[in-house]
Amino acid sequence: MTVLDSVRRRAGTTPEISGAPAVSVRGLTKRFGRGPVVLDGIDLEVQQGEFVCLLGASGCGKSTLLNVVAGLDRPTAGAVSVPGHSPSLMFQEPALFPWLTAGQNVELALRLRGFPKIERREEARRLLAIVRLEGAGEKRPHELSGGMRQRVALARALAQDSKVLLMDEPFAALDAITRDVLHDELTRIRTEVGATVLFVTHNVREAVRLGDRVVLLSSRPGRVVREFAVEISQPRRIESPEVAALSVEITEHLRTEIRRHAQPKVVTS
Amino acid sequence: MDTAAELEAGLDALDAGPVEERQSRTRRALVTTLPPLLALVAILATWQLVVLTAHPATLPSPQEVAGSLRDQWQLGRIQEAVRTSLERGVLGFLASAVVATPIGVLLARVRPLRRAFRPLISGLQSLPSVAWVPAAILWFGLNETALYFVILMGAVPSIINGTISGLDQVPPLYQRVGQVLGARGLTLARYILLPAALPGYLGGLKQGWAFSWRSLMAAELIVNSGDLGLGLGQVLDQARSLSDLPGVLAGILSILFVGIAVELFVFDPAERWVLKRRGLLPAV
Repeated sequence: MTVLDSVRRRAGTTPEISGAPAVSVRGLTKRFGRGPVVLDGIDLEVQQGEFVCLLGASGCGKSTLLNVVAGLDRPTAGAVSVPGHSPSLMFQEPALFPWLTAGQNVELALRLRGFPKIERREEARRLLAIVRLEGAGEKRPHELSGGMRQRVALARALAQDSKVLLMDEPFAALDAITRDVLHDELTRIRTEVGATVLFVTHNVREAVRLGDRVVLLSSRPGRVVREFAVEISQPRRIESPEVAALSVEITEHLRTEIRRHAQPKVVTS
Repeated sequence: MDTAAELEAGLDALDAGPVEERQSRTRRALVTTLPPLLALVAILATWQLVVLTAHPATLPSPQEVAGSLRDQWQLGRIQEAVRTSLERGVLGFLASAVVATPIGVLLARVRPLRRAFRPLISGLQSLPSVAWVPAAILWFGLNETALYFVILMGAVPSIINGTISGLDQVPPLYQRVGQVLGARGLTLARYILLPAALPGYLGGLKQGWAFSWRSLMAAELIVNSGDLGLGLGQVLDQARSLSDLPGVLAGILSILFVGIAVELFVFDPAERWVLKRRGLLPAV
């Protein structure tokens, strides 16, 4: 079945389950033990092939939300459904395994998914080519730059062949030039492989640069405050006036949310 | 190449930085071997100086010790003793690793067990294993089994501790990535946890060898009988009973050399190989 799957993907036809959302979160509430409520009644639907950015200040539970969707954490209340394969997840750190080469890192993901052994190497090479690292398969993670490592991590995530890609601030630790290039890359790759992306960030411009839709979360507890459809055609430039204009608007809302947490004594001064 | 690909390739090339100039092999060998050799020469010179100026009755000169080493070498005694002791030490060490590794993995992963047994293991590690020699003699008699028992009591706790700390040092993120990739239970251990723990585990093995070797020497000094093959400890003890001080010092030096050789030719290369592959070794 996995072979069939990859053949179908090579042919470039992504299976469309018409109408069914790729990720569906209903009434999700999460608290750890007896601690404060981290996420409070989150409703969120991500359509097939959609790119949704979750945006919020510290303490909005963005990462917790991703962990629950990824199945690493259980919801306290509510339901999460991700039809098909379990989603893949990328972190701020590439978290490549240092005892393996770049190619072997990708191959391990294939192996754990049960991909037939004889085709693993070839498939890993194909995935590295997607992130434009066809020549780096023999390199070890420490021999690669931060941006290259993150691209290997992306290839590894793609190796899981889940149609849903969860990304937890994957570019936050990179320099601005590299991040800009990787924005272009991610935009290209997600159309190429037809992935659904749920992308967490605290960078407003990044959210507008990448997303079809930006979902603004409040902090402590995390709730969905507002959603913004980004109707700017891709490929966008992060420095374009359209991206800037929407970013200003979203930032205003974000700041309003943050101001609600100001201590009373600060407000009276 | 389209412009986007070109941009990326340019960035990769810039980020990768210029290729580091590698030191020549001979130069590196010189840098690593010269300082310890100089230290050795300084120690020998000081020793000789003390013997020449103070004429101590109980300290033979370096030449006398070297002579004793040479005589015993020509008789083949040293080679035989080294071979016997090394065989015991290596066998005992391997047995210790086989016993200690699963226990270490179990204690690292099962919290209640770890809380119950960790203090005992750490206590055993600081207990000099020579303390087990009398018990070993009474239980097993004057034979090799007694020697192996003492080695195990010396090396097993430190290998257990090394395994535990190796697994503790595995970044939690690796485990989470493993779970996201679909690894659970044994698969997670085999493909992610154990390889990730290798550097710490190797450190534990290295320490385990040191404990094996010194436990064996202590045991050989005491467990001495005609039926037993002659190890370095027994050679040392025989020299003592003959009041042969150069022989005693020659024995001590032989034990020291074996320890240094195993460290230098087995554990150091293994450790460097593992660390280098992971980019954890700073360039010399």
